[in-house]
Amino acid sequence: MTNTIGDIEDADVILVTGSNTTENHPVLSSHVKRAVKFKKAKMIVVDPRQIKLTGFADHWLRPNLGTDVAWINGLMHVIIAENLYDKTFVESRTTDFEAMKAVVQKFTPDYVEGITGIPARQMIDAARLYAGAKAGAILYCMGITQHTTGTDNVKSLANLAMLCGNLGVSGGGVNPLRGQNNVQGACDMGGLPNVYTGYQKVTDEAVRKKMEDAWGVTGLSDKIGLTVTKMVPMAHEGEIKAMYIIGENPLVSDPDLNHAEKSFSHLDFLVVQDIFMTETAQLADVILPSVCFAEKDGTFSNTERRVQRVRKAVDGPGAAWDDWRITCEIAKRMGYDMAYKNAGEIFEEIRRVTPSYAGISYTRIDSIGLHWPCPTEDHPGTPILHTSQFTHGKGVFHAIEFIPPAEHTDDEYPLYLTTGRVLYHYHTGTMTRRTDGLNELAPESFVEIAAQDAEKFGIPDESLINVASRRGTITVRVKISDMAVAGTVFIPFHYAEAAANKLTNAALDPVSNIPEYKVCAVKLSKVA
Amino acid sequence: MENQQTIVINGNRFNFTTGDTILEVALQNNIKIPTLCHLKGATPTGTCRVCVVEIAGQSELMTACDTRAAENMTVLTESTRVVESRRQTLHAMLSKGNHNCAVRAAHEESWTAYQLKVHQEDNSPELCPAWGDCRLQDLAYHYQVSGGGYTNVNALYPMEMANPFIIRDFSRCILCGRCVKACNEIQVNLAINFGYQGDAAKIIAKDDKPLKDSDCVFCGECMQVCPVGALVPKDARFDRPWEDEKVRSTCSYCGVGCQLDFHVKDNRIVKISGAEDAPPNYGSLCVKGRFGFNFVSSPDRLTTPLIKENGKFREATWDEALDLTAKRFSEIKEKHGADTIGVLTSARISNEDNYAAMKFTRAVLKTNNIDHCARL
Repeated sequence: MTNTIGDIEDADVILVTGSNTTENHPVLSSHVKRAVKFKKAKMIVVDPRQIKLTGFADHWLRPNLGTDVAWINGLMHVIIAENLYDKTFVESRTTDFEAMKAVVQKFTPDYVEGITGIPARQMIDAARLYAGAKAGAILYCMGITQHTTGTDNVKSLANLAMLCGNLGVSGGGVNPLRGQNNVQGACDMGGLPNVYTGYQKVTDEAVRKKMEDAWGVTGLSDKIGLTVTKMVPMAHEGEIKAMYIIGENPLVSDPDLNHAEKSFSHLDFLVVQDIFMTETAQLADVILPSVCFAEKDGTFSNTERRVQRVRKAVDGPGAAWDDWRITCEIAKRMGYDMAYKNAGEIFEEIRRVTPSYAGISYTRIDSIGLHWPCPTEDHPGTPILHTSQFTHGKGVFHAIEFIPPAEHTDDEYPLYLTTGRVLYHYHTGTMTRRTDGLNELAPESFVEIAAQDAEKFGIPDESLINVASRRGTITVRVKISDMAVAGTVFIPFHYAEAAANKLTNAALDPVSNIPEYKVCAVKLSKVA
Repeated sequence: MENQQTIVINGNRFNFTTGDTILEVALQNNIKIPTLCHLKGATPTGTCRVCVVEIAGQSELMTACDTRAAENMTVLTESTRVVESRRQTLHAMLSKGNHNCAVRAAHEESWTAYQLKVHQEDNSPELCPAWGDCRLQDLAYHYQVSGGGYTNVNALYPMEMANPFIIRDFSRCILCGRCVKACNEIQVNLAINFGYQGDAAKIIAKDDKPLKDSDCVFCGECMQVCPVGALVPKDARFDRPWEDEKVRSTCSYCGVGCQLDFHVKDNRIVKISGAEDAPPNYGSLCVKGRFGFNFVSSPDRLTTPLIKENGKFREATWDEALDLTAKRFSEIKEKHGADTIGVLTSARISNEDNYAAMKFTRAVLKTNNIDHCARL
């Protein structure tokens, strides 16, 4: 997030898109609801489902799946055409405005209605509302990113925020809501193929030299590595021979699971380090048991870049070890000494090699966490990014054309499927499905379907039904719901026994390599 | 300073800003006014009348939580009238419900019969679930009030156990409305409210449905703010806080990073509560963060390294498993090159764990093939 969670309550307009906030980020959603209910903020929700937040919103825009670039360009078209944009901000803080303007020229409300299904009138009203905000916050989540045009979608939202000068101010910003406790930290720590800690590029020779000196090694690779969505197909082709998987369950979370399972079984050697015998661990040659968050010391970095302490409350089970200790022991046995007494020593090393974390220490974050960048011990941390300038100087507008999603409905597969989470479960369910109470409240998978579609296809509520895509079939219970809009169904992906990702499309965004979980075509048929 | 307004509390003069309540001015100046229904972050209700104070020139006692300070107002926070009023308020609350702790009426002859009746209704020989961690009990002790003198009326509404997480014990509810404020103004889930009138008053969900059939999403905020034993966790109903160790940490579910306190007894997590003094959540949690911790002590946890032989896993020592792993990685790196090995680190583990995995991948395996499930 460019801004903080608390900041949301300073917004006077909030645009939420591709985020079912009340179910996926419930505590953050309270800030949104409080802003609307008690602080007079206006809210625009753009989502294909009638999620709970639409009940708090002034406008609910319902786009067809995978048409985000079109409606965002549409909003910008209106804002430019009606001269509602922040000229001072655009002139002093950005570049390439004209190129963007040229592309959005054709995205008139009527043209956009044709693509997105959003009535032109609603689009114009929403554009005026957002542009009129003193501080307008954009919140988005995987409904924006998990598309073949995910990167375009994110850039488009950044365009929109820059156009209205909504960056660098309290209550504004472009705020991705991170779905996992430490996805921010995993990225910050260089758990990515192209960067070391703090987003220092592996292709930068000076950075490599610095890391080599810090680590006492030579010959660090200058070649950008593979993303998970590339590793898996390459494993299938035998080009990846071995994998070391720590605390991940790609066999439920990957797209097109039938293919993913084959890929993992092609590996010469698979090590899985986890707290449970996950679907992925079943395929491993070696399983290494680790302790969970309640059994370890360390830090997590949350969605607002706040580095916070994690503390050991109970002992781990049996012979389980800290993840870092296991990794260090493998390193030692491969001839490289990675010896730390505790997590605190590792954090001290992180600070030494990571400028944005340099000023953060366990002592400073003992009771309240700090937002990076925090370069020195006396720096207060950075709750709001881009207040006086962008990281790379000026903000660049991107001229983005609309590209439709990779898969479409046809006579055989007449319904669109989108996937996500429910309130009571988390990701692949290895944790939440081991709490009886949560299972009692959300016991099994379901397909959420509009009453019109249920009637059209003759499907009774609560019956079991087969849902098939071009890649696989699962059996789930029918849930007729007001949240679904005719033509689109929704299935949560928590349930391995009815894994929604057997259906999803592995088509990738060309830049981020993120799969298009949010759009594919399916058909329904009676259980034989 | 010009236009500086002042108020006199207990004989001392204090500055205040327009809009400040008497309670806020008192708090800012370390003057304690007891409260029960008052909830930080929510609008005041003035329901419980525990915070009443005496204001010179006014015949009625006023509730400090919702009475605004005024220029030259003269306030007494512990006058004889104030104390008498608080005692009556507390006495009425104690007399009506199943407040079976020492302050209730330990000295009375009817105590045993009363206690037995409550045990039967609780289906437990324990004292009240909130005993020792109860705002009403604290205040009763402070003002030396006990609950005798009223005939015991049976609870009007039965205890609600029909959900996995929260026990609603109407016999101990004092209708202070903190839960209503927490639900409607803090979490904004709009699931509960006051229902019925007079003696039949009750906190209801929807049109008086069990929580599980209402709009309740089991965030448990109501339970955390309940000052008495009316809302307690089903799995830790009679947990006594002095038997637990509290450990501050960060939630491990979504990316909000809520600050929480583990309550630990005998190396087990008994319950989790939101940390009220820390951002970003200031005490709030969701159903997963508050209740979804059973996995920690699950019997399914992996407890020993495993090595697959002939398609089956066998238990192994750390040395065996680590030696094999190191050997195979070295062989594959040697034979096929470093870039044929891939590492998936995790968005679930700590920064320190991730750093170790990253350093291992780059400095030891010598590849940049490292990623995690941010995309998934």
